[in-house]
Amino acid sequence: MSANPTHMTLAEARDALAGKKISSVELTQSHLDAIARHNPALNAYVHHTPEIALAQAKASDEKRARGEAVGLLEGIPIGVKDLFCTKGVNSQAASKILTGFKPEYESTVTSNLFAHGAVMLGKTNMDEFAMGSANITSVYGPCVNPWRRSGEPEVKLVPGGSSGGSSAAVAARLGFMATGTDTGGSIRQPAAFTGIVGIKPTYGRCSRWGVVAFASSLDQAGPMTRTVRDAAISLQAMAGHDPKDSTSAIQSVPDFEAVLANGVKGLKIGIPKEYRIDGMSAEIAAAWDKGAAILKAAGAEIVPVSLPHTAYALPTYYIIAPAEASSNLARYDGVRFGLRVSEDGDSLNDMYEKTRAAGFGAEVKRRILIGTYVLSAGYYDAYYKKAQRVRALIAQDFTQAFTQCDVILTPTAPSDAFVIGENQDDPVAMYMNDVFTIPASLAGLPGLALPIGLSKAGLPLGLQLIGRAFDEETVFRAAEAIERGAGFNAAPEGY
Amino acid sequence: MALTDKEVQHIAKLARIRLDGAELSHYAKEINGLLKWIDQLGQVDTTGIAPLSSVSDQLLPWRADVVNDGNQQEAVLKNAPVQNYGCFAVPKVLE
Repeated sequence: MSANPTHMTLAEARDALAGKKISSVELTQSHLDAIARHNPALNAYVHHTPEIALAQAKASDEKRARGEAVGLLEGIPIGVKDLFCTKGVNSQAASKILTGFKPEYESTVTSNLFAHGAVMLGKTNMDEFAMGSANITSVYGPCVNPWRRSGEPEVKLVPGGSSGGSSAAVAARLGFMATGTDTGGSIRQPAAFTGIVGIKPTYGRCSRWGVVAFASSLDQAGPMTRTVRDAAISLQAMAGHDPKDSTSAIQSVPDFEAVLANGVKGLKIGIPKEYRIDGMSAEIAAAWDKGAAILKAAGAEIVPVSLPHTAYALPTYYIIAPAEASSNLARYDGVRFGLRVSEDGDSLNDMYEKTRAAGFGAEVKRRILIGTYVLSAGYYDAYYKKAQRVRALIAQDFTQAFTQCDVILTPTAPSDAFVIGENQDDPVAMYMNDVFTIPASLAGLPGLALPIGLSKAGLPLGLQLIGRAFDEETVFRAAEAIERGAGFNAAPEGY
Repeated sequence: MALTDKEVQHIAKLARIRLDGAELSHYAKEINGLLKWIDQLGQVDTTGIAPLSSVSDQLLPWRADVVNDGNQQEAVLKNAPVQNYGCFAVPKVLE
């Protein structure tokens, strides 16, 4: 066992707990100490729940001492993205408009995690209402990537978004796992920027109940961890059918960890030519080739595939997601929860307009305005319906590609982590971060990001594996093979 | 087609977000930039393609028409900014 318990993987910690080499209280305390030491500089955790963590850890140790059956994450300290409603604990979606909101209920995903014995260290930072790719639109202020460019230790980089707090926490070893949510790439892109593993499962695999909604036809929860095995264990604990979410799939949850041993011999790996976009950097292209070479060496067959509508995925997404967001965010009106701005003599409409003007940040306002416009009378067919038709074509592209291959390999993001503040005033440039992740989101397919190596600047670069619907097993098998072949073991300095 | 400040003001009204003059011009500029970018979708031939609103192929489930929850008044009101007589309170609607 490593001298520092926070440096273990989740699977190692699970085994150490099972072997009585460490207690959950010790494991939890070591994480709380690490958070106290590092979080002021990182701003990864935004609500701290040490009392809950220690109480859950103690209960877990007692359960184990009594010899009771234990869960998949029994005694394992984790972080929870601020988008998940957690009973009695601030859940604010990183927005001013939900200031002080403490849900009276627990999201299904966190309920599942707690039923599996997980210990909650706190809530993690994110972009406001999960809208962003850099974790800079948070009401709590930006989260900082624990990684630094070599030779530039003073330059602060983004951890990716919107699950930037979760990715930074896991990369900095302030939790064995943290939950993320992914609408257009918000698990996979931050995983790439911080050198960790993140999987957005198939749409419907994890319940959305109790997760603050952004774009309901796209949102999916998933785990962010330091290894593929840890992601497999965590997803198994999170997933499952939930009658409270009408889009939750009636599918049994496979033993994701067990399939990791199956290897990739005979699997066909699709390489989509349309993902080699104009101006792709040589190091991203080289990382992609390296991933393909590793899979080939492990016995897989590399086949070229075509996803012809790839170039239209980004504009399609930026109609559909804001349209759904404008509808979902209509509930924040100053009546039932959160902020209210109203002066004497104000009408109900004055109160709505002032509350929403004061409560939402600039990125959220812009998306609500775009969404309202594309859904408004006269423009619905030209924008929203058109985007839904293009979405159908994008989904068909994948169906076609999966007649030729079993899993698709692509880069995760077009660059390594950038400087806080960069691209901030150019929405399209910022949206480009999700150019490789959005197509799978629109098609509802599982996508996993994992680190493959370091850029010239010494920062992590990620690859993405996209699978057929409800075939996370093949995605995990391919990811495990790349992880083993790449031997990526770099970590941010000082953590 | 570019949106005027007046049209953006109308959208903001529909969205129930108050925007003042400087903010309004800022959003009008940004939204016009985005719409121009989005217009490339016009290049895609979608003749005969049915709109995809959900990737889920399962039918919406029905539940039995029975009361399965209730007596949650306190929990429902717990986070209300203002409440009166066990109800959400809002500014006066009628004089």
